[in-house]
Amino acid sequence: MTKQSKLFYFIPYSLWLIFFVAAPLLLIFYQSFFTVEGQFTLANYQTYFESGTYLRMTVNSVWYAFLITVLTLLISYPTAYLLNKTKHKQLWLLLIILPTWINLLLKAYAFIGIFSINGSVNDFLLFIGIGRQQILFTDVSFLLVATYIEIPFMILPIFNALEELNPSYERASRDLGANGLDTFRRVVFPLTLNGVKSGIQAVFIPSLSLFMLTRLIGGNRVITLGTAIEQHFLVTQDWGMGSTIGVVLIVAMLLIMVLTGEKKKKERGHK
Amino acid sequence: MKKKSIKWSNLYLIAVFSVLYAPIFYLIFYSFNSGGTMTSFEGFTWDNYVAVFEDKRLITIVLNTLLVALLSSLAATVIGTFGALAIYYTKKRQTRTTLLSLNNVLMVSPDVIIGASFLILFTFIGFSLGFASVLLSHIAFSIPIVVLMVLPKLKEMNDTMIMAARDLGANNWQVLSKVILPSITPGILAGFFMAFTYSLDDFAVTFFVTGNGFTTLAVEIYSRARQGVSLEINALSALMFLFSLLLVVGYYFIQQHNLSKKQKNKKRLAVGAVPIR
Repeated sequence: MTKQSKLFYFIPYSLWLIFFVAAPLLLIFYQSFFTVEGQFTLANYQTYFESGTYLRMTVNSVWYAFLITVLTLLISYPTAYLLNKTKHKQLWLLLIILPTWINLLLKAYAFIGIFSINGSVNDFLLFIGIGRQQILFTDVSFLLVATYIEIPFMILPIFNALEELNPSYERASRDLGANGLDTFRRVVFPLTLNGVKSGIQAVFIPSLSLFMLTRLIGGNRVITLGTAIEQHFLVTQDWGMGSTIGVVLIVAMLLIMVLTGEKKKKERGHK
Repeated sequence: MKKKSIKWSNLYLIAVFSVLYAPIFYLIFYSFNSGGTMTSFEGFTWDNYVAVFEDKRLITIVLNTLLVALLSSLAATVIGTFGALAIYYTKKRQTRTTLLSLNNVLMVSPDVIIGASFLILFTFIGFSLGFASVLLSHIAFSIPIVVLMVLPKLKEMNDTMIMAARDLGANNWQVLSKVILPSITPGILAGFFMAFTYSLDDFAVTFFVTGNGFTTLAVEIYSRARQGVSLEINALSALMFLFSLLLVVGYYFIQQHNLSKKQKNKKRLAVGAVPIR
């Protein structure tokens, strides 16, 4: 390939890399050192670490993201496992993916009806004798809806890992006398751990930033890092503080990726 | 014993599927409600659909959303394909992995970060917020997925074909249009589809960079849903569900087509391998 044509391919792509990958990241870092009036300062970071509110909010956000991830994992692993055993698994998988093509806002909107005080869930609770409860605008409703939205993103990578797993390992383990639980615990689960890890990556990071759900479903009871960023950027216009929280979110994201990415690097090394 | 366990597993799958689809069908069900709420069904009506089509503002927003999705996915497909070619032709391993990880930055960043940082970028260079800023942002976050879809197809491509084409006197343009592009078309199409759905699906990034004058559907639904339930949104979501169903079926057929092509090739190879029969 001549140098000229290579350059021709590279120009639009590198422009994108410079203006939309590198520049925004640098700018958000840069902005985090400024006050509302545009003065250079370290005060944003100071406020973040010294006032208990921000730290408590961060811990809270991480805690909710953790709960969402655990809940999705508990539901998704068995689903992916059973899905892998069905006959037309590609078709079923497509049906799992289909709901992700529906706009997230619409799904959140549906839950406003389902969880409302006269909604179906409350009808059911009344029917079994518990009586109507306030579900909408509580942290439980936020957890449930976030889990609902993230489930397909957890199922997909686990399903892929299970599909790649050679079924003869499972049979060998059974032949050697391991029972179902042992086979799962010592053979199947460790070998699909990479899928679980990428699932956690795909669920945990977005869970830290789901600001529309906290507003529509959580009734502002749960404040995630994403909610705080949105609040600072679009409501109070304090971009400096918003960027500071953004930098914290980026650091959290990098941490998660380092924690869940080890195995992949090794694999790449082998190749 | 075995039969029983299979039944339990089916029951579990059915439960998961019904949970996944219940909210969507719930929305669609109440779109036919003549009462004004999403909780008590009073009678069947098409009124909500009529209201959608009579709401000029809503129709404009839908068209805007589709326009942004179409334009951004087309632009992202072109730039992303060029990017994949650039990465493919990068000889140095180190540079290639760096490029790939830079490519993935926007794939793993939370929407809020992308939105906020783009907002800073646009104000920093004095770009006014509106249609153009939304379009640019959508192009920007769709490019990496196109690259990721095209790159594997480039790796599958047979390099000797390019050399053969060159030996036979093809120029750069001919190599690209007659050899490279045809063999990576499935990847490009898949990338285009993914970019299109990314754009249609996006809320957070658009919400940050949209300014006052311009709205996409997701942003409009957000602001309406904050005011409470309106069955017009239900009717609209039913229509959008049908639209995404069509998109999925389209995407499925493209995939199936690719697969069957591969299988055919395999068969051809297999047939070639056993000529005695």
